[in-house]
Amino acid sequence: MSQKPLTLAEKVWNDHLVVKGEDGAPDLLYIDLHLVHEVTSPQAFDGLRLAGRPVRRPDLTIATEDHNTPTLDIDKPIADLTSRTQIHALRDNAKEFGVRIHSLGDIEQGIVHVVGPQLGLTMPGLTVVCGDSHTSTHGAFGALAFGIGTSEVEHVLATQTLPLKPFKTMAINVEGTLRPGVTSKDIILAIIAKIGASGGQGYVLEYRGSAIRALSMEARMTICNMSIEAGARAGMVAPDETTFAYLKGRPHAPEGENWDAAVEYWKTLQTDEGAKFDVEVFLDADHLDPFVTWGTNPGQGVSLLDSVPNPDTFDDPNERAAAQRALEYMDLTAGTPMKSIKVDTVFLGSCTNSRIEDLRAAASVLKGRKKADHIRMLVVPGSARVRIEAEAEGLDQVFKEFGAEWRFAGCSMCLGMNPDQLAPGERAASTSNRNFEGRQGKGGRTHLVSPLVAAATAIRGTLSSPADLEG
Amino acid sequence: MEKFEVYSGIAVPLRRSSVDTDQIIPAVFLKRITKTGYDDALFSAWRSDPEFVLNKLEYAQGSVLFAGPDFGTGSSREHAVWALRDYGFKAVFSSKFADIFLGNAGKQGLVTGVISDSETEAIWQLLETNPGLEAKVDLVAREVTVGDLTVKFEIDEYTRWRLLEGLDDIGLTLRDEQSITDFEARREPWRPKTLPAKGA
Repeated sequence: MSQKPLTLAEKVWNDHLVVKGEDGAPDLLYIDLHLVHEVTSPQAFDGLRLAGRPVRRPDLTIATEDHNTPTLDIDKPIADLTSRTQIHALRDNAKEFGVRIHSLGDIEQGIVHVVGPQLGLTMPGLTVVCGDSHTSTHGAFGALAFGIGTSEVEHVLATQTLPLKPFKTMAINVEGTLRPGVTSKDIILAIIAKIGASGGQGYVLEYRGSAIRALSMEARMTICNMSIEAGARAGMVAPDETTFAYLKGRPHAPEGENWDAAVEYWKTLQTDEGAKFDVEVFLDADHLDPFVTWGTNPGQGVSLLDSVPNPDTFDDPNERAAAQRALEYMDLTAGTPMKSIKVDTVFLGSCTNSRIEDLRAAASVLKGRKKADHIRMLVVPGSARVRIEAEAEGLDQVFKEFGAEWRFAGCSMCLGMNPDQLAPGERAASTSNRNFEGRQGKGGRTHLVSPLVAAATAIRGTLSSPADLEG
Repeated sequence: MEKFEVYSGIAVPLRRSSVDTDQIIPAVFLKRITKTGYDDALFSAWRSDPEFVLNKLEYAQGSVLFAGPDFGTGSSREHAVWALRDYGFKAVFSSKFADIFLGNAGKQGLVTGVISDSETEAIWQLLETNPGLEAKVDLVAREVTVGDLTVKFEIDEYTRWRLLEGLDDIGLTLRDEQSITDFEARREPWRPKTLPAKGA
């Protein structure tokens, strides 16, 4: 028992060591689950073909179509030829290399980070990778999950391993109880505003504390999803009864003896008492307000009750310059109350906030109300399953009666690779994860918000929270 | 991968911080299935502005980029590195790079050198008053020279070794194939398999 106390991230790392790196060489880590989509994989499969290499473990690999897929008329051929070509390249590659694929129209199709957990493939203690930075989502289960580039996708396809240098660890302690109308999206936006869009760089974040423990799995996924927006490769939450209850009975969850063995192991996946994090950060959940962004990186956020900040108040010259540039791009003036900002479009969707609980939360606000006349609202479920579940609950009717568009599953307007885009100058309240210049369409302006704020904003036409609807 | 030791090329001052990969290459260009031919996509939105640095004749042939802090943040798209490479860039300098971008650059032979903000500022000023100056990037000595200014840069030692040797990562890993096979034999049975497929 004299072993050095370890953090959760260190335990998962150590359990996947194939070769310990020496003399500055990286460790070689085994990868339990490799998620694949159409955008970052074609060149990787091409590399395998050129080198005459197979996919080492097709049985640890799964592909889905999400980034390019249309959210309307999915029974017709994809109108955009380059998108269609890319989707077909994935289908051809999956077939040639024996990789399981869920194509547009398949009942398991959807955003890769919604599909993995839904199928019960994402579990505590795994290493999970995908050629997508929001792979951090899967950390909500206590998995070490991170985004990789296409060369690394090829590397994992060929070897089921990755050479990696150990990360540093950062504890994010969130204590207290969220007030009504405040959600896990607000927690993560507040954390990013606090540590900055590059504050987590080089770290694995571990979200801890009573406020995190109280969250559902889906709410934890929202938080871990945006770890990358703080610059961190990965974010994790230690598994607990909430995690086990979510997993039990899912299609790929272990059964019988394997379930018992797994749970026994998963229970050890806690940061040991006395383990040392490189950095610790604290956030008070009791007094947190709904959070929104005003700028063009996810760290440029404030309370919804606040105003657009004055760039002159930033001490750091780079931050000041970035804020000035952001206000210009966003067409905002310092001192403007956030709640007075008028938006044109509301987007409810993306791997951050497109799960059933997100749709339920928004629908609970919208029910029986009408949208502001000038608002366009898109509701894009994260997966075909989520869409079916929502329809079984009648949520689609709530959205349609409200005046929103009810779409098919995919990444959609989060990054506008399909026709769902903002026009130049158009302003959106979006439940997605990035407010970068042009992210949702060239010249488009994005305010990141929670599903509840998105819903209230669609009703009032200006950035709002459900509290603004009362009285 | 080609070996990289010493390279000289026209230096470009990119006076911006937090250059995310959506700015380096917008998502509309990610639909292609090739690994080359992205030179037109680099900084596509900014290049429609005639005042953008790469639109100035003196910098148009640039191949060594000096950018503000937090270069390459956001999306994991390796296309960002391919676009820089296809445009002709061999090296990028910044006081801070995003992790995934650093990894991607190293795989593609793009040198990423870390220098301080004040060194970046000094080089920006030098380049703005003397546009068209070359930068000499010496990976052996870990130095970059612009005009009469020479600064040391930092780069991950293992990445530097791979770049100097021109080594391919997959080939290196497959030297450990027996260890991978041994590890696989030890994996617990509860760990998930995607095949055979199970649906809800």
